[in-house]
Amino acid sequence: MLGRTANGLYWMFRYIERAENSARLIDAGLRMSLTRSEATEDDWDGVLQSSGVRDIYDDTHEKLTSADAIDFLLRERSNPSSVMSCIDAGRNNARMVRTALTRETWEATNECWLDLKTLLARRVKAADLPEVIDAIKRKTGLIRGAFHGTMLRNEIFNFSRIGTFIERADNTARILDVKYYVLLPAVSQVGSSIDNVQWESILRSVSAHRSYGWVYEAEYKASNIADFLILNGRMPRSLAYCYEKISSNLGYLAREYGEAHNAHATAEETLASLRSHSIKDVMDQGLHEYIENFISHNNRLGQEISDGYRFY
Amino acid sequence: MMNADNSPRQPYTTYNDWYAAQDRARLIAKSKDAENIFRKTGITFAVYGHADSAEKLIPFDLIPRIISGREWRKLAQGIEQRVIALNAFLDDIYHKQEIIKAGRIPRELIERNVAFLPQMIGFRPPGGVYTHIVGTDIVRTGEDQFYVLEDNARTPSGVSYMLENRETMMQMFPELFHQNRVRPVENYPYLLRQSLASLAPPGCEGKPRVAVLTPGIYNSAYYEHSFLADMMGVELVEGSDLRVIDGKVKMRTTRGYEAIDVLYRRVDDDYLDPLTFKPESALGIPGIMDVYRAGNITIANAPGTGICDDKAIYSYMPEIVEFYTGRKPLLENVPTWRCAEPDSLKYVLENLADLVVKEVHGSGGYGMLVGPTASKKERTAFAEKLKTRPNNYIAQPTLSLSTVPILVNKGIAPRHVDLRPYVLVSDKVQIIPGGLTRVALKAGSLVVNSSQGGGTKDTWVLED
Repeated sequence: MLGRTANGLYWMFRYIERAENSARLIDAGLRMSLTRSEATEDDWDGVLQSSGVRDIYDDTHEKLTSADAIDFLLRERSNPSSVMSCIDAGRNNARMVRTALTRETWEATNECWLDLKTLLARRVKAADLPEVIDAIKRKTGLIRGAFHGTMLRNEIFNFSRIGTFIERADNTARILDVKYYVLLPAVSQVGSSIDNVQWESILRSVSAHRSYGWVYEAEYKASNIADFLILNGRMPRSLAYCYEKISSNLGYLAREYGEAHNAHATAEETLASLRSHSIKDVMDQGLHEYIENFISHNNRLGQEISDGYRFY
Repeated sequence: MMNADNSPRQPYTTYNDWYAAQDRARLIAKSKDAENIFRKTGITFAVYGHADSAEKLIPFDLIPRIISGREWRKLAQGIEQRVIALNAFLDDIYHKQEIIKAGRIPRELIERNVAFLPQMIGFRPPGGVYTHIVGTDIVRTGEDQFYVLEDNARTPSGVSYMLENRETMMQMFPELFHQNRVRPVENYPYLLRQSLASLAPPGCEGKPRVAVLTPGIYNSAYYEHSFLADMMGVELVEGSDLRVIDGKVKMRTTRGYEAIDVLYRRVDDDYLDPLTFKPESALGIPGIMDVYRAGNITIANAPGTGICDDKAIYSYMPEIVEFYTGRKPLLENVPTWRCAEPDSLKYVLENLADLVVKEVHGSGGYGMLVGPTASKKERTAFAEKLKTRPNNYIAQPTLSLSTVPILVNKGIAPRHVDLRPYVLVSDKVQIIPGGLTRVALKAGSLVVNSSQGGGTKDTWVLED
């Protein structure tokens, strides 16, 4: 396969994943502002930070309002992580690698782009937001469905999956990075209503507020939430789950090519750490430091994959 | 479609019965469905200069254009003769130049032509084939009367529409294909791949590796490039994927660099090799011309083929065909005035209202004047351009093109069409039975180019 094709697949799926994550962050932000009694510009600050675009927002806006923040996250072209920017970039990458995609996968991607372009042509009214966010999740879900249902499990599949999970791990880690302090046992006032709202918002931004209850059978508890998002191998947006997937897809490539790269060692190392630690170890080491370290390793892995497989 | 007595022409009789039994509203609904299929699939082209509408659909008309087997055979013979002559002409022009020595073509027409590449002098491509893929533009003016409008011998496009139009028709109206014996076009990608692989260069080791070279996703025909690569099962490469290593053109893969033997390039000559042609080209591969000349890659179509489909050369095609095949051309050329010649220029200026004037190097329907439909002001302005740069123009009469029906809201209406059959040249000449029928959607219009609002339809060649 061409290095450029591997690169295109990797980024196509990173961008589609990011579009979905941006939608999810907006969803969580909205929810929070509905739950709180007072005005919640701070919440949007957190959302923009989680998305990693607070600086870009400040470059183009004088002050932070929820309406502007939402529009910025949904439609702003100068924001590379806005839903529309991501769908554009994802679809452009899909066009570039079209010969590697099944017709179903391409069509789902193209339709997603066509529909969202119409839906996001102008500022979305507050009343229409839930519907729009739903549509984003549904359309990106259709891409995933077509991809899983029709693609051969070969190197094309592997590079696509690696893109998805590098992005997803980055996203979950960023959410934790911005909100780590509400998960620290020392700071949180267990059971207070403020914490409950914050915790639920974290879970909601990874679509895990329902599954959490099933897994931990109890009320919100900071260490359980951290465990769920970092170490729980059954939670599809946890760091551990992402690394199981990255590692297995890299493993397929190594076997097929008969050759391993630096990326393989890096991924194995991170996975081993996620498997062997308990959440107590993580907290003792320092949640903030742990997450920061993870993000930088995850970035390095992306670079090593790009080098090893000659993306450029 | 109709005879003078208003009965359907023979090849249309079965279709006509079917059409008579259709509900028009249903057909119009089907027409919208077809548009949705094209949009969903992303079968689009880009119109340069339209920033916000970067990707456009080509309108599809669902009434097929039908050609009888008998008429097709005659047409195919003429095309084959012409394509053989084109390749012989190119070989001659880049070698002994007998046709110039024989005084049949003026030397300066060749040597001062920008499409003539001195780099090709004395070089013979693998198999002696210069133009592997040709799209001959043809118009019909009456029973068995065909004229060649243009020989597209560089990188003819549109074949993906031929294939997608057929696919769409078979999906929407399967019954029509039971009732009519339509010759298949679907094996084009397979034939193309075979044809390309059969002309692998001498330096090819093992099974020839074919790739399609595209300028990238922003090119107007990108859809077609990816479609053809996909259907042939070969890599779609860009210049940035390729490098010359150890005297071979190699592509950067996830496992390292791998050699390519045959490159079906959809990039113009100028951009192919920055070391040889435009130095600023980022689309090309530095050094590919050296690899080519050393016999380590086949480039299809060969660089420098543009010299044979140039509009100024076109007017010499009857002489060219006769010179190389020893026979009169089977297909007619449209009478052409070369404005470079003073007598012709005078005639053209005097008869501008009846003529179509084209730029010698133009394509896509840009920069032309259609005399009969142009306003007086437009004609006066164009006359000035003609006087300033007569060498840049040729003129032709407007032919009374035959029309075919299209579906409009009120039923069917006649529109002018042309036809581009696709020809593959290897050790043999293969003509795909069908092609791309382009249709001028505006009533009375003669301009069929998709960049100027033309549409397309499925083209049927019937088995007799």
